[in-house]
Amino acid sequence: MLTEDSWTVAGRSFTSRLIVGTGKYKSFEENAAAVAASGAEIVTVAVRRVNISDPNQPMLMDHIDPKKVTYLPNTAGCFTAEDAIRTLRLAREAGGWDLVKLEVLGEARTLYPNMRETLRATEVLAGEGFLPMVYCVDDPIAAKQLEEAGAVAIMPLGAPIGSGLGLQNRVTIRLIVEGASVPVLVDAGVGTASDAAVAMELGCDGVLMNTAIAEARDPVMMATAMKAAVEAGRLAYRAGRMAKRMYADPSSPLAGLI
Amino acid sequence: MKRKTDMSLDGSASVKINGERRHAASGTTLAELIADIGLDPLRVAVERNLEIVPRSTFGSVIVEDGDDYEIVHFVGGG
Repeated sequence: MLTEDSWTVAGRSFTSRLIVGTGKYKSFEENAAAVAASGAEIVTVAVRRVNISDPNQPMLMDHIDPKKVTYLPNTAGCFTAEDAIRTLRLAREAGGWDLVKLEVLGEARTLYPNMRETLRATEVLAGEGFLPMVYCVDDPIAAKQLEEAGAVAIMPLGAPIGSGLGLQNRVTIRLIVEGASVPVLVDAGVGTASDAAVAMELGCDGVLMNTAIAEARDPVMMATAMKAAVEAGRLAYRAGRMAKRMYADPSSPLAGLI
Repeated sequence: MKRKTDMSLDGSASVKINGERRHAASGTTLAELIADIGLDPLRVAVERNLEIVPRSTFGSVIVEDGDDYEIVHFVGGG
């Protein structure tokens, strides 16, 4: 069956397995067009101070309707559990929903997650009724610990945020997929369409990306490519790939050769 | 958190909003403060002295001298 392939996170079902960010775009118009082309049903957003000196600046919500696309508030830029928790409490009040993306960063150079703070924040947030989808290292043990702490989705990095290097360790991503009983989505590191397909072929439930689309020469065309790649990778995973062989195996019958 | 020394001579409240100093007339509600700035209360979240203020209470919260507000909204991000 090609149809009926939705995925569910914390009781909410989605058809698209591609989540896209809303940062780094040249304009709100380009951002909205890329989101539409990607087919994404969830977009990540950041929480920041309003500009009280110029309150009439155009706002994201004027271009991407939160009634049509699920806003996933993200704690990007937070380096402590406290900052991330504070940000998400505000996000819950601003948006009125509890599905959130937690990321607690360890250092600016790599933007690698600080797992000790991430785990602590996950526990606190889950205790306050949040449904945290959690950015983490590609470590199957850390992934299990996050799940036990209340993460509703595990989101390992494929490579550093914004690097576009593609999945650096397929083995660990696959181990996380095999060990998890919540959805696993590769978050960060995707550079081009084949990277997204690889993540899906490994059995991930979805992929989250921002820079790969926003910094493409033609973001709307790349969003279209990513939609196709995620769908292709998912279909290939479901279809079950052929076994690998060391040597050639002819596709044409040997019998009846002239 | 209150700093009575910030009190203006006319009794208005001196507050900080997103790090900027502002003055509000005595008895101003948070809803009025947000409207005065020109913001849609349905699109923002407010923290007062590090505590979340539920949107449903904006109309009943009186702005007090020395209050420190953070007013945030959603912006593009990854």
